[in-house]
Amino acid sequence: MTSETLLSVKNLAVSFTTSKGPVNAVRGVSFDLGRERLGIVGESGSGKSQTGRAILGLTAANGSITADKMQFHDVDLRHLSPKQWRKVRGARISMIMQDPKYSLNPVMTIGDQIIEAYREHHKVGTKEATHRAIEMLEAVKIRDPQRVFKSYPHEVSGGMGQRVMIAMMLIPDPELLIADEPTSALDVTVQLQVMAILDDLVRERGMALIFISHDLHLVSSFCDRVLVMYQGHVVEEIRASELDQAKHPYTQGLLNCLPKMDGNHDDLPVLQRQASWAEG
Amino acid sequence: MIEIKNLNAWFGENHVLKDVSLKVPANGSFGLVGESGSGKSTVLRTMTGLVEDWEGNIVVGGQELGHKRNKDFYRQVQMVFQDPFGSLHPRHTIDRILSEPVAVHKLGNSDARVIKVLEQVGLDNSFRFRYPHQLSGGQRQRVSIARALILEPRVLLLDEPTSALDVSIQAEVLNLLSALRRDLGLTYIMVSHDLAVVAHVCDDIAIMNHGRIVERATASQLAQGSLEHPYSQQLYKAAGGYDRAVIDSFVDWD
Repeated sequence: MTSETLLSVKNLAVSFTTSKGPVNAVRGVSFDLGRERLGIVGESGSGKSQTGRAILGLTAANGSITADKMQFHDVDLRHLSPKQWRKVRGARISMIMQDPKYSLNPVMTIGDQIIEAYREHHKVGTKEATHRAIEMLEAVKIRDPQRVFKSYPHEVSGGMGQRVMIAMMLIPDPELLIADEPTSALDVTVQLQVMAILDDLVRERGMALIFISHDLHLVSSFCDRVLVMYQGHVVEEIRASELDQAKHPYTQGLLNCLPKMDGNHDDLPVLQRQASWAEG
Repeated sequence: MIEIKNLNAWFGENHVLKDVSLKVPANGSFGLVGESGSGKSTVLRTMTGLVEDWEGNIVVGGQELGHKRNKDFYRQVQMVFQDPFGSLHPRHTIDRILSEPVAVHKLGNSDARVIKVLEQVGLDNSFRFRYPHQLSGGQRQRVSIARALILEPRVLLLDEPTSALDVSIQAEVLNLLSALRRDLGLTYIMVSHDLAVVAHVCDDIAIMNHGRIVERATASQLAQGSLEHPYSQQLYKAAGGYDRAVIDSFVDWD
């Protein structure tokens, strides 16, 4: 699946200036992404979300990004003007966030929001856009797309809301989708169903996917390749199918500290952090 | 220690608990598993008196509960909530957060109690005069547990105590909870959406769906995956990670 390189990131660093001095959230992350599903896993504060946001130019105003290379096809993502960003964001790279409650506009119907996303990047009339939006709602397996089209976000469930988000993000037909904990707010079965929808669409459209999550097991059962991050560094890169052969003590520690359904009530192994991990 | 018989509860017109019965022996730990809206938290909230409209029998430590809870009840039964960010007063120091229940129950000797309880949850004395925002999520959850423990209760009701935490921190808090139960002889009812967490901490488990207990199992039965109800089987399979064939077999339980 990794025939051509879609996105190449070299030595990405993100730091924030705060009243307590600089905070280095991402420190020297490099990876190449083809048309594949790449997982980025780490705990809170590991820099996984900031890596995703930097690729889309969504780093907060007090943050600064440096990189030796951030190449998306022919576009150098390092020095884009706001106007140039608007041509990339949504149309070519798009992002699904964690909680649909906060990322959908509460005072606009779902249909209107999807149409807005589509027409931002395609010059078509309302009728055509409406048609496309309903098609898209069908594609994310919403059973009654006409009703959902006319609904407001508070009228649909969390799983449904996240399907709407996927529909909205995929309708401009981007080449790369960044999903930042897209299913963490959902129940397990709904979570898996949403991931299956994401999986189908990414395959059908030949898109690349960056799946950011704290759940190592989920990511490894879903993605082709996994980057494990710790304090802003990638400590291990591993094929998802070979996760049980992980070499880095942090990855092993993360795997071992999960409770298992083996009827054993003994203490769980606790992660013993070592200062050297943070040096990359 | 705890016996609940035919518990029914309503939110307005909504019948949210339907004939829930369970029994927990002293020093036992009982797990309630289910998805959002299954009523698992409502069982705990009804026990602590946070739900008004209910019927049935709840017996704790030989005492049948009425609709009003007295102070004695809260000395016996304490609850730990899910979100350690929302359940601690942001402008009170840890010391004040922990001393308040002592003052309410007029136990006295608050200094010694605070020091002791902090030690029990594995926080050193330097945390005593800090504010919640100066603590990490795991440390805050330890404070929430300390606040429950300071009254020396016999029962802890744990509502998703680790679901807001990273897995490595979750392991620490689960170990702490297991150790406290062992050392202090506590009785737990734990609510979680995570089968593995409940299977690790609890001896007996009930799986809830739409306000009903659909299946009961012991930890060893769960380990073997010997579940009968199709809903619990589905939940069990979902815990295994992303598997396309399994997902296609899912049925909606709405």
